Amino acid sequence: MKRVLAREADAGRAKSNLFTAAHGRLPGCGPVAHIRARAFEAYERAGLPHRRIEAWKYTDLCALIGEVLPLAPRPDAAALVRAKSSVMQAAADQAVKLVLVDGIFAPELSDVGSLENGVDVRSLREILENPANSAMAGLVLSTTTDAMISLNAAMATDGLVITIAEGSTIKRSIQIVHVATSLSVSDFTRSYLQLGKGAHAAVVETFVAADGASRYQTNDAIIVLVGDEASLSYIRVAADAADAVNLSSGIIVVGTRASLNLFSMTCSGSIGRYQGFVTLAGEGSRLSANGVNLIREKQHADTTIVVDHAVPHCISRNKFHAVVDDCGRSVFQGQVVVRPASQKTDAALMTRALLLSDQAEADNKPELEILADDVTCGHGSTSGALDTSLIFYLRARGLSEKDAQALLIRAFIGEPIEEIPAGNLREFVTARAEHWLRAR
Amino acid sequence: MALLEVRDLHAGMDEREILRGFDLTVNAGEVHAIMGPNGSGKTTLSHVISGKPGYQVSAGQILFKDEDLLAMEPEERAGKGIFLAFQYPVEIPGVTTMNFLRTALNAQRKARGQEEFSTPDFLKRAGEIAKSLNIPQGMLKRGFNVGFSGGEKKRNEILQMALFESSLCILDEIDSGLDIDALRIVSNSINALRSPERAMIVITHYRRLLDYITPDFVHVMSKGRVRKRGGRELALELEACGYAQFEGAA
Repeated sequence: MKRVLAREADAGRAKSNLFTAAHGRLPGCGPVAHIRARAFEAYERAGLPHRRIEAWKYTDLCALIGEVLPLAPRPDAAALVRAKSSVMQAAADQAVKLVLVDGIFAPELSDVGSLENGVDVRSLREILENPANSAMAGLVLSTTTDAMISLNAAMATDGLVITIAEGSTIKRSIQIVHVATSLSVSDFTRSYLQLGKGAHAAVVETFVAADGASRYQTNDAIIVLVGDEASLSYIRVAADAADAVNLSSGIIVVGTRASLNLFSMTCSGSIGRYQGFVTLAGEGSRLSANGVNLIREKQHADTTIVVDHAVPHCISRNKFHAVVDDCGRSVFQGQVVVRPASQKTDAALMTRALLLSDQAEADNKPELEILADDVTCGHGSTSGALDTSLIFYLRARGLSEKDAQALLIRAFIGEPIEEIPAGNLREFVTARAEHWLRAR
Repeated sequence: MALLEVRDLHAGMDEREILRGFDLTVNAGEVHAIMGPNGSGKTTLSHVISGKPGYQVSAGQILFKDEDLLAMEPEERAGKGIFLAFQYPVEIPGVTTMNFLRTALNAQRKARGQEEFSTPDFLKRAGEIAKSLNIPQGMLKRGFNVGFSGGEKKRNEILQMALFESSLCILDEIDSGLDIDALRIVSNSINALRSPERAMIVITHYRRLLDYITPDFVHVMSKGRVRKRGGRELALELEACGYAQFEGAA
């Protein structure tokens, strides 16, 4: 216990130094600086998450990363050049790219000119630096009790504020590409996405590394508001450098008769956690939250989804699959909360893990907290190895053992991937998964 | 040169010997029936020939087209032309039947040094065979064997047998789980695949199947080896006397 407390104290000191060192470089002053200071105080009170905090039980950042690294320098021209080729590789077909390099918006690498009518994009830095936007700044930098989200609010260097006008149907998907170019640094981005009433859009967020980037830490957060009768496909793909840390958070609110299709995939990086906090705040709203973790070597990937059924007559479906090879560890925590007034809630949560080696580990924790009495809720969890009888069947049909395994893994991860609406984003995610499979 | 030659085969699992000196010679164009009571080693024989992991071969030889089959992986054996129709075909959710068939066919063609089928050619060929087996096109788009009835699964096995053009087909209790009509359809399909180049080993408990598929040779198996060999009339004899006469044989 003493050792854990000492680690926390060390980590806390490191954070204090980090914040002090970054203070002059963070955009915004006056009210924004005040928000940041309060957010940092909240972080300091909680400290770096550790295993004694239930929500972080399986992803003990005190033990896994120990400290947060210094803030990344502002990308120079050389960094932008290196980032460019990674952006090209990471780009989804027909998507409009918005690029953040080491936590800073890079319009020169982005397709700002291709944005459709009804889409407005501004950099967070621009908003924070204008005192007239303090209300908006407060909204974008809002926090929860989660320490990493508080730290993100305190340290955010830049991000995107995207608004989609009421009634707009955006045909081309919008892709936010985060590129890391540095070594042993941290970057913090905070974005805000709002769909007006009846708007329809697809947004994909991708995390990649430029050549030479390594051992970096990313802390990203996005606030998403899906307006009444609007629909959003939000996809997140973490394909970081093999030794990178990626901590991403989403705070998402879904309005009346609106729908959200959420998908998260982690297929690289050393330590990753995606935590999505979704509130179904309008009656008749629908959530489809799915994901895949593809894990090998000593990778640790955690997906934590909390769905809050705050009003009646909402539907949520949650399907998460993990494939774990070598000494990898997958964590899935799925919590569905049905509030007392949320009658006629229909919620289902399913998580499955496929373990490809004896050392692979999967921790699955589905939870239902039901406080209403007229609901349909269920959850399930399975973990297991590839079925040897299936492997033999396929080999007896001429497939090599490796190809037989790949076919079965592809089928296993295909199930949640098929929850993404058909089109370029499903193909994009499938291609990323194929890349992982080919590298086995 | 025999197509398949099994010589004094001893094999088992978990240190338990199941096959105890099994011998069999199969020539191209022949249909052999292997009959025997439960536990006589019929399925073990089919598994050992097709290379299922987990069996230990302690003695004997299996030659296929004069090559040592025991030195090959299961997929190599499939590539050489050995097809096992499973008694209990597996279900593979998430893999459409069409995708599975194309992947397997092209893997075998590649192993045989043949050109892989293009998508249109494959669709045409698979569609024709499926039609001849009364397999609706819709079934080919579904997950492999997922939700198929027993008869549909067996027809799916025969579809593969036809598609892969294997030279030795081992049918492990193809009649199990089939009603009379399905048995007739499956048997007719198997008969349609008889050819001078292809041999079949039909493993069954019951003479009934052999009313539809007329074997050239019948082998009665008990306790891991062949106790009696004969022509089709041996199946009739078994129907009258049962397997009891062989159960006590050492």
